[in-house]
Amino acid sequence: MPTVQRPVPGERTAPPGAGTPWRARLFRVEERSAPYAYVAPFFLLFAAFGLFPLVHTAWISLHSYRLGSEMEWLGLENYAWLLSNPAFYNALWKTFTIGVLSTVPQLALALGLAHLLHYRMRGRTFFRVSMIMPYATSVAAAALVFAQLFGRDAGAVNWLLGIVGVDAVDWRNGDWTAQLAISVIVIWRWTGYNALIYLAGMQSISQDLYEAAALDGASRWQQFRHVTLPGLRPTILFTVVVSTIGASQLFGEPLIFGGGKPDGGALGQYQTLGLFMYQQGWTYGSLGRAATVAWVTFLLIIVLVLVNTRIAKRRAT
Amino acid sequence: MTATLERPPVTPATRVPARGRLRRNDSAGPLTYVLLCVTAFVFLVPFYYMVVAASRPMAEMNRTPPPLTPGPDLWSNIAKAVESQDIGLALLNSTIVSGVVTASTVLLCTLAGFAFAKLRFRGRSALFAVALGTMMIPPSLGVVPLYALMANLGLAGELSSVILPSLVAAFGVFFMRQYLVQALPDELLDAARVDGATSLRTFVSIVLPIARPGMAVLAMLTFMTAWNDFFWPVITLNSTNPTVQVALNNLGSGYVPDTSVIMAGTLVGTLPVIVVFLLLGRQIVGGIIAGAVKG
Repeated sequence: MPTVQRPVPGERTAPPGAGTPWRARLFRVEERSAPYAYVAPFFLLFAAFGLFPLVHTAWISLHSYRLGSEMEWLGLENYAWLLSNPAFYNALWKTFTIGVLSTVPQLALALGLAHLLHYRMRGRTFFRVSMIMPYATSVAAAALVFAQLFGRDAGAVNWLLGIVGVDAVDWRNGDWTAQLAISVIVIWRWTGYNALIYLAGMQSISQDLYEAAALDGASRWQQFRHVTLPGLRPTILFTVVVSTIGASQLFGEPLIFGGGKPDGGALGQYQTLGLFMYQQGWTYGSLGRAATVAWVTFLLIIVLVLVNTRIAKRRAT
Repeated sequence: MTATLERPPVTPATRVPARGRLRRNDSAGPLTYVLLCVTAFVFLVPFYYMVVAASRPMAEMNRTPPPLTPGPDLWSNIAKAVESQDIGLALLNSTIVSGVVTASTVLLCTLAGFAFAKLRFRGRSALFAVALGTMMIPPSLGVVPLYALMANLGLAGELSSVILPSLVAAFGVFFMRQYLVQALPDELLDAARVDGATSLRTFVSIVLPIARPGMAVLAMLTFMTAWNDFFWPVITLNSTNPTVQVALNNLGSGYVPDTSVIMAGTLVGTLPVIVVFLLLGRQIVGGIIAGAVKG
């Protein structure tokens, strides 16, 4: 991150208007300490409600812990339980598949959409605002609406499929169909937002580059391949990382799609790691195990982000 | 959803005045309009479906083909939804939570953003790097200790348990810093200093007025995020004292088997955001683009 270093005002000139030495000293103390006071609320609040819970999660994961009772030391027992639990591997796999099903189409569509939005056109504001409306909709509202649309007997999706001659699909009870339906919710909510991020990146690519490419006889597609995509590389990396972190924590969509139950369908066919953690901690009351799931998820996210960054960097060179 | 972390650096566009050839090249053709209209339709149709389903009895929605126009039952469906979940209380609670969170986030982020943008102090770059790094940490992974902490403080189930962890946001610090680096001229700060103004005085009478447009965008984004916050409120709050999202989760959890009533409740809970969008959509879009570019 390039931190822009601007010349800082008033560097080391004695503050005038400070008549007496006593006032001058006070002025200097204020000037020196004020910046820390300004940034302190952020760091204190983060330490209390961000850092402490995260670190404490690792500690709790080594214990048996239920609300209202004392923590009991277990050592690595929770981890042994987790790593020998088929439900954990199921949740891990579903998180991965739903993550791929939702992230890849979402970012590809967003890129295409940004390309369209980049043209000069009428109704620009209308298109941009309508693209971002789903982003403003809450997870709960979106999932409730899509749960209806993907209903087996009266869902609008099955009705449309029926028109083209496809038999009604039991979206919720199927394995891949449920994952697909949940992915559609994610894609619907996030594509427009990512398109705006890409659009911002496209707008910052110098027009000269396109002009030069056009003079060299590059076609539209060649311009997109050789000017737009390289220019967007940092932006794409950013959206990939954000989407990966989001996908690994997927929770609200599958919870509401399953009618508020954290089991992710009768066969756990859409139980994500987030649902699995919630189930352990708040359905079964085993907060120690929930903390173990959380901590393992955190480590996985770190690995995933590093891998993604590495891949994107390699592509770049 | 925390889609906030270090934004990629991009430099603002240098707009070259388009010549005839380029202008033709640059404007949308019919195919672009068709594709955009189809996309807009797909993005907006779930909202329309929500209105149709919320305004008809469930029996009609279960017909094939389903009705495609709104019906007359909106009010009775809303009444049933309100009967099942205290949606009035949920709206009030969400307004309180989002209001407090927004006010606090905007103020604290502007303070910190000002310090990082324009004040010189030891450890500034290191502290700013740490602040950026915190955006990478997924907040939902600390819920177990957070839950225990709130229970120990006697705050579980209280609105304050939702408000406290959201009082400030790393994204906001970053956003306001980027805004003030560009918007706040150093000469003004120098002048204030020559006049002997303390930095707090400078903040109140010079920084705040200049920061206002950036603060407005941050306020809109923060309010939206707080209103839609799902994971932590579902864990810490219960159905007797819900926010809108908690009430919607309960509504969808089988307390009411009537899907039209569920859609009516969803419509009421989503309406405030939709209204804000119809009024300020252009500014919000501008804010998201600006936030991405300035990063």
